[in-house]
Amino acid sequence: MTAVIAFTVFCTVTAGLYLSLSRDIFRCVIGLALLGAAANLVLFAAGRLDSPLPAVVPIGDQVLTDAANPLPQALVLTAIVIGFALVCYSLVLLLRLMRDARTDDALALRHAEPVPDDPVKPPASAPACDVHWPPPKDGT
Amino acid sequence: MNALVATPVLVPLATVVLTTLASRRPALQQALSLVGVLAFLGCAVVLVTLAAADQPAQTAFGNWVAPYGIAFHLDRIGAALVLVTALMGAASLLFLASDADTGPRHPLLLPLVHGVLAGVGGAFSTADLFNLYVWFEVMLICSLGLFALGGRLDQLDASFKYLVLNLLGTLLLLMAVGAVYGATGHLNFDALNQAAPALSPALATVLLTALLLAFLIKAGAFPLYAWLPASYHTLPAPILALFAGLLTKVGVYAVLRTVGDVFTPAPHVVMEALGWVAVATMLFGVLGAAYHWDMRRILAFHIVSQIGYILLAVALAGDAGNAATLFYTVHHIIVKANLFLIAAMIWRLTGSYDLRRIGGLYRLRPALGALFLVPALSLVGIPPLSGFWAKLIVLQEALLQGRYVWTAVALIVSVLTLYSMMKIWMEAFWKRHPDGEWQPPADTRLGPAWAATLGLATVTLMISLNPQALLEYAQAAARTLGG
Repeated sequence: MTAVIAFTVFCTVTAGLYLSLSRDIFRCVIGLALLGAAANLVLFAAGRLDSPLPAVVPIGDQVLTDAANPLPQALVLTAIVIGFALVCYSLVLLLRLMRDARTDDALALRHAEPVPDDPVKPPASAPACDVHWPPPKDGT
Repeated sequence: MNALVATPVLVPLATVVLTTLASRRPALQQALSLVGVLAFLGCAVVLVTLAAADQPAQTAFGNWVAPYGIAFHLDRIGAALVLVTALMGAASLLFLASDADTGPRHPLLLPLVHGVLAGVGGAFSTADLFNLYVWFEVMLICSLGLFALGGRLDQLDASFKYLVLNLLGTLLLLMAVGAVYGATGHLNFDALNQAAPALSPALATVLLTALLLAFLIKAGAFPLYAWLPASYHTLPAPILALFAGLLTKVGVYAVLRTVGDVFTPAPHVVMEALGWVAVATMLFGVLGAAYHWDMRRILAFHIVSQIGYILLAVALAGDAGNAATLFYTVHHIIVKANLFLIAAMIWRLTGSYDLRRIGGLYRLRPALGALFLVPALSLVGIPPLSGFWAKLIVLQEALLQGRYVWTAVALIVSVLTLYSMMKIWMEAFWKRHPDGEWQPPADTRLGPAWAATLGLATVTLMISLNPQALLEYAQAAARTLGG
């Protein structure tokens, strides 16, 4: 059982890393979601998949056998909820970014850090990507 | 006292709820937000008083005894950092009332700011590894919201890069937490501290390296700092000051807590590596700053550089190193946030953050020039300002331990920091404005901005002129670490 989980984690991490290193930002986010799943599996396995050790033994009670530690399962639930929120947020961010920038190529996303056109002097921000006085009226 | 230990979380969270409910009435929302941050400040002062009197506020929630329940424990270090957090929150919210920031007043702006404060407060008060992870996530989610609120293309771009690299950090942290629990069966700091010596040295090194790698991504250490200069400069000024002051420092605090308090004594190889990482961080950060001409980008690279100094203090370890870490962190948070706020005032008066397009401000506002010099020279470490004392105690300890290379690099980096700060001062204040016809804006509302920056500069001067008080507090704090 442990070997199966370990192999699953290995495959998930490999796939997640491969995708998150992609230039396609959509694949990148999917890769991070997969890495999140792998992290949850690691956390789950921390409870010793078929461990004889229970988390809490009440006084005078018999020790349970074949019980896994339930605490990591509670932790995984927390982590899943947080990870779900982050993936949802990142997908919305991604859609907006792809719509506004008209590209999904990570190397073309240089709006926050413009590419220098001079070997010595750093580039100035594009007018649309900086703050101005008076502030724009449309509020965006 | 038990209820008080949760206030660094509960007060900001209550403010989040109240300001969200009041989001249709901006005046009410602002009043609630101000009341919230003042209440937070008051609670933080009480917490510091308790910690200084050796009665640190602590509790384990749900009446579970220590190793099982989630514990909150505010010792001297945690309490001091909570107080600085509240101070930063107050300064940023005060600054928001001026017109030196043109970010749109989105109804969710104030709730998200208080969400960040809750995350930071929680991370400083918790005594549980998994709970620490949760607070990192709270900070991440709220800060992502603040990045994207403006909706400009560069802000979306920046928040994507911030998201990807920080998410990688939190996932690594989650895996490391799982591995630590699997190896020791504990998450509580005290219990971990007792269980750590039983680990084999190899396993302890692996676990500690995984944890530190995750925290160092959050702290913005070399070579994992790329997300910070790629994103911070797109934020609205008061939010930028808040992030610059607090977020990376939570990562540093987590590093200190891990190697200085929980896994003590840390394996030698880990501390040695941490020292070299610190040296590389300060050097590469300052070199990035020397290249740029945009004030926000210069200062963002200086965050990285200064993180190097704080990590150096952590790597020196021992009571002296840990005390220096706390002293440097407190000094640095205040100075750094103040520099960003003053840069925003310069922007409002001259119309650009780019040093090539501005100038002549000294003739117009000599007081602002003098005010800028307080945090700028303090960042460099010119005596008698607070940065001098901070660097003195770090480098004194480095020399005592025979770390001559680290000391030499730190001194060279100080000179380069001086170059950057003088670049800003000469270009923005001293030289003539490149446009001969330039006229300063007539109607500015900078009163709250002056109040916030003068307040922070006063705190810096107080530390500068009486460093003994903070140093003694930090030394007492360092003595309580390590179980």
